[in-house]
Amino acid sequence: MTTQVALTGNDAVALALKQVNPDVAAVYPITPQTELMHAFAAFVADGEVDTELVTVESEHSAMSAAIGAAAAGARSITATSSQGLALMWEMLYIAASYRLPIVAPVVNRALSGPINIHCDHSDTMGARDSGWIQIFSEGSQEAYDNTLMAFRIGEHKDVLLPVMVTLDGFIISHTMEALQVLDTKAAHDFVGEYHPAMNLLDVDHPFTVGPLHLPDFYFETKRAQAEAISRATAVILSVAEEYAKISGRKYGLFEEYKLADADVAIVILGSAAGTAKVAIDRLRKQGIKAGMLKLRVFRPFPGNEIAKALAHVPSVAVCDRSISFGLNGGPVFNEVRSAAYGSKTRMASYVYGLGGRDITVEHIESVYRDLLKANETGKLQKVFNYIGVRE
Amino acid sequence: MKVKKDANWKEVPLGGIIPEAGTSDEYETGSWRTYCPTHDAGKCINCLRCWIMCPDSAIQVKDGKVTGIDYKHCKGCGICAFECPPKVKAITMSLGAEPLGPEPEKK
Repeated sequence: MTTQVALTGNDAVALALKQVNPDVAAVYPITPQTELMHAFAAFVADGEVDTELVTVESEHSAMSAAIGAAAAGARSITATSSQGLALMWEMLYIAASYRLPIVAPVVNRALSGPINIHCDHSDTMGARDSGWIQIFSEGSQEAYDNTLMAFRIGEHKDVLLPVMVTLDGFIISHTMEALQVLDTKAAHDFVGEYHPAMNLLDVDHPFTVGPLHLPDFYFETKRAQAEAISRATAVILSVAEEYAKISGRKYGLFEEYKLADADVAIVILGSAAGTAKVAIDRLRKQGIKAGMLKLRVFRPFPGNEIAKALAHVPSVAVCDRSISFGLNGGPVFNEVRSAAYGSKTRMASYVYGLGGRDITVEHIESVYRDLLKANETGKLQKVFNYIGVRE
Repeated sequence: MKVKKDANWKEVPLGGIIPEAGTSDEYETGSWRTYCPTHDAGKCINCLRCWIMCPDSAIQVKDGKVTGIDYKHCKGCGICAFECPPKVKAITMSLGAEPLGPEPEKK
């Protein structure tokens, strides 16, 4: 059974976490994530969950506490943004390499400096090689759904990896949106009881977590980790299928919006996909076949699937809400273009929205107009572009 | 469960754990000593201060008596020699990984 409610993105994720009722939450505040764990802490204080909530002295400690709890067999969570994620950095790699299925919502915010509290994806994009599964959300509904599914994905025996669920700071985290939520029993039953793969408290089977790996073993351990995250693709899809049965909402590795017959398309992730849908609908009314590929799962990166879905489109713009200094174009552009290597599709990079700079329907329409021109002339005017910066 | 020395990536333990206890006993960690302690049983009063203070359980004790030093694990830190009472001086530190010759006879 589902109910329609109005919640901010932060409250929607907090509700999902409440329905999961995890064993341990290690929390430290940072804008714009603060409200998320604030709401969850209220559930703890009101006795609505059994979670042991640990208030720590930094995000480095938050991730460390989550790692310790997870190694002791607890279903563990934390949440953060921006500098908080940056401070977790070394522990992110450790959580992934120890194969601990921690779930961490990340409310996307630009990295300092200059200091800025608004949305861009530079925080989670920087963590893309840390070994975490990364799932992006377009709105509160997806943030809620992705949080519930994250536990099933990370804890699956073929995966056993931590999962980051992202939602755009302020744009999603602080914006009230109507969404469908499951009743607590249905959500809890879907996520299921946690049976940890490793449990340090099992004194009859002692083992060591985190021992030194010299050149004789490190490589094999990392190779096994690489295999685990590639196995996650199939698990993400099967969990989504199961979730569709109870929620009526079906998710893939990405969403294709009017892409099948598109002459021009953009690849985008996060809340800007909603803006793009409006732009596409407007252009379609003018007879322009515009389409979109909204990336949901960024890690593991579904390169082959993306290449296949875009193969028929003559010109594509890949939009990044982050920047990779010294590399032309953002990370999404570089990965999408690399995945489509050998394809005839022309691909342009568009960096947008840094530090919360607004992206409008008109901005996205202008991207499509660039692509239409490329289709006419057979050539992109410019491969590397910025949207909405004062030139 | 023993991990084979040539285990391939499909065989290594999940998350790089050591899946059994007490394995450091089998692992030689004393080979990179710069200084080495030598214990003189003739001078030793078996106060066991060295045994208490050794950070690596390298002081071997049987029936309340120091029987020697576990050179497979001793790192040569010299804490045992420092803690040995000045009037006793039963432990001598010397440069090099190996202990001084055979233990001297009791006078």
